[in-house]
Amino acid sequence: MANRSNAASLLIKGGHVIDPVAHVDADLDVLLRDGRVAEIAPHNKLRGGADEKFDARGLVVAPGFIDLHVHLREPGQTHKETIETGTAAAAAGGFTSVCCMPNTSPVADSPDWIAWMQHPDRGASVNVFPIAAATIGSEGSTLTDFRSLRRSGAVAVTDDGKPILKDDLMRDALQLGAQLDLPVIQHAEDTRLTERCSMHEGPTSFRLGLRGITADSEAGVVDRDVHLAQNLKARLHVAHISTAAALKPVRRGKRAHAHVTCEVTPHHFTLIDENVGEYDTNFKMNPPLRSVSDREAIVAALADGTIDAIATDHAPHAPHEKQVEFERAPFGVTGLETALAIAITQLYRNQRLPLVRIVDLLASGPARVLDLKARGSLSVGNHADVTIFDPKKRWTFDASKSLSKSHNTPFDGWQLTGRVVATIVGGRITYRAS
Amino acid sequence: MTKAARGSLLGIEHLEPAEILGLLKQARRMNPAKPRPLLKGKRVVLLFYEPSTRTRTSFEIAAKAMGATTVLVQSEGSSIEKGESLLDTGYTLRAVGADVIVIRHPHSGAPQLLADHLDIPVINAGDGMHEHPSQALLDAYTILRHKKSLKGLNIAIVGDVYHSRVARSGCHLFSKFGAKVTLCGPPEFVPEVAAMLVPGLRITRHLEEAVRGTDVIMLLRVQKERLAGMKVKLDDYIARYQMTPARLKIAKRDAIVMHPGPVIRGLEVAEVADGAQAVIVEQVKNGVPVRMAIFARAMAKR
Repeated sequence: MANRSNAASLLIKGGHVIDPVAHVDADLDVLLRDGRVAEIAPHNKLRGGADEKFDARGLVVAPGFIDLHVHLREPGQTHKETIETGTAAAAAGGFTSVCCMPNTSPVADSPDWIAWMQHPDRGASVNVFPIAAATIGSEGSTLTDFRSLRRSGAVAVTDDGKPILKDDLMRDALQLGAQLDLPVIQHAEDTRLTERCSMHEGPTSFRLGLRGITADSEAGVVDRDVHLAQNLKARLHVAHISTAAALKPVRRGKRAHAHVTCEVTPHHFTLIDENVGEYDTNFKMNPPLRSVSDREAIVAALADGTIDAIATDHAPHAPHEKQVEFERAPFGVTGLETALAIAITQLYRNQRLPLVRIVDLLASGPARVLDLKARGSLSVGNHADVTIFDPKKRWTFDASKSLSKSHNTPFDGWQLTGRVVATIVGGRITYRAS
Repeated sequence: MTKAARGSLLGIEHLEPAEILGLLKQARRMNPAKPRPLLKGKRVVLLFYEPSTRTRTSFEIAAKAMGATTVLVQSEGSSIEKGESLLDTGYTLRAVGADVIVIRHPHSGAPQLLADHLDIPVINAGDGMHEHPSQALLDAYTILRHKKSLKGLNIAIVGDVYHSRVARSGCHLFSKFGAKVTLCGPPEFVPEVAAMLVPGLRITRHLEEAVRGTDVIMLLRVQKERLAGMKVKLDDYIARYQMTPARLKIAKRDAIVMHPGPVIRGLEVAEVADGAQAVIVEQVKNGVPVRMAIFARAMAKR
């Protein structure tokens, strides 16, 4: 973890602080000292002095964004991304913490690899919270050692991309997770129904002659998992939810006060299956882009609080891997550097969600989902992780200038509103817009 | 490169009706016995990732008749077998001097990928379950030798529409010219979503309903192995959907029966395939002038 407790202090002056947890939405100055939030007060009312000042006039000052779902590809697939390049992209996207998925090579199923990922030698520029594999090799047969994985820093377990389908195994995972208060994250897809499928089942998949991933293949697994979590009083987090049908069991679980949370990606609340166009593999991901009505349901669930977090599912792939026949191309798109702008453009400007809700989805919500202590809010004493952004700035995203090693984004060339101006991790500015 | 080279033929869907009419008109002027050497000195590569008899020979004969040199590249016995990517194969073929690539591929969209990255025309000879544009053109050409116009014509397409690139290309073409298309088969072969492919498509589960008063019956090949995984039993399928002489009588008296081949006798069709109303052999024959027209368009100087 990039835990740079810095003796220096930083004063963020003249900005507009939005903190959903503290119910703050006001013009305030923020003083960071020794890696913590030291003081918050109306402009020019702070008592303490600072070594450095940051002029935040006209900008929003928010708790540092937390991405619950990124693929940093290290160890093993460093031609796609490394922890260093992936976290640089995260910082540019305003993320002060990222939770990285275990489908690396080898699979992150041992405490050693979890520790390795957090070692300072990896060169991370933001906090890295590894999520460990739930089963050995993510092969879906034997549970990993949750206890020692958590001791070495894992914040959750998942077999992302290889969903746990066996009922008894999922029950065991949730049960063990419940004993340790460790969330189990599920990529909800009944892979028995999706073999050789490459996009959402619907008129577009029929037109393109591609086998379709049905909405039911997601909803069925979510339904079962919510039932299990409810009965076992376990913590279940549904990754990248994408269909109206799958939101139903999540709502049901929440109403019953089950410890069920879910996340959605920027591409799922923005794009639909038709955007695949003529086999553009930068629009191929899993779960796939869904129908218009699914997207509407997702936006409604973002507004009403059913969805807890926006997570990017940043999944870098090299050009030679993506420039192949659509059905043969790997699933996944990058997303760290566009998440905030897509959220502001799509949810704040187009759908009229309040800005405080967007900050909640990007910062406070994710901290709650994984119970990340002293993060997701700018309360005094919390970690000095801060994201400063300009909600009005218009800009055009140029994938070729991305800090990620890979450029497989569906948003290349998009005109967006809302831009990260600075990212502060542990009181230190790790990214500053040029 | 992000746009297909001019003269490419990737599908029917995005063609203008005028372009289709132009191709059909050109095909009528093409005489395989007295060809014009429009492709003299040109190299046509036939890149076939799937087996094919009629499409491949038809393209090859068309190209040769027009004076081109043809080279056949198949997945077996080439670098494709060693794992070379489609794009690398395309770049290689371009480097050795290919002027046109005709591609048949098991993956939908493969011709689009190739065309997106090459500066020479790419012709789709069938990609996955997506499109088979030259087949739709030769089908239209064949229909127009028997019927005055496509407008208002009733066309029944019977069989495994879901897996059929022939059906998709046909629907696009016929709909552009105002024909009334009815798809017929069990839900596994003709899912409800198929109706959204083009405006005005009708779906029925009853062959009699599809055939009644129709002008054209297009039968699609049914693969036994595909029936195996489904709820449909082979005997049931034959009982419900085989085109029999009795069922043909429900159609218009001058209705024609088409089939893109290969015909599996005793499954989707039996004696009707050899009857007076069948134009199946004629379809194959018409493939040559139609593909000559496709080459002429690909090589046309603009």
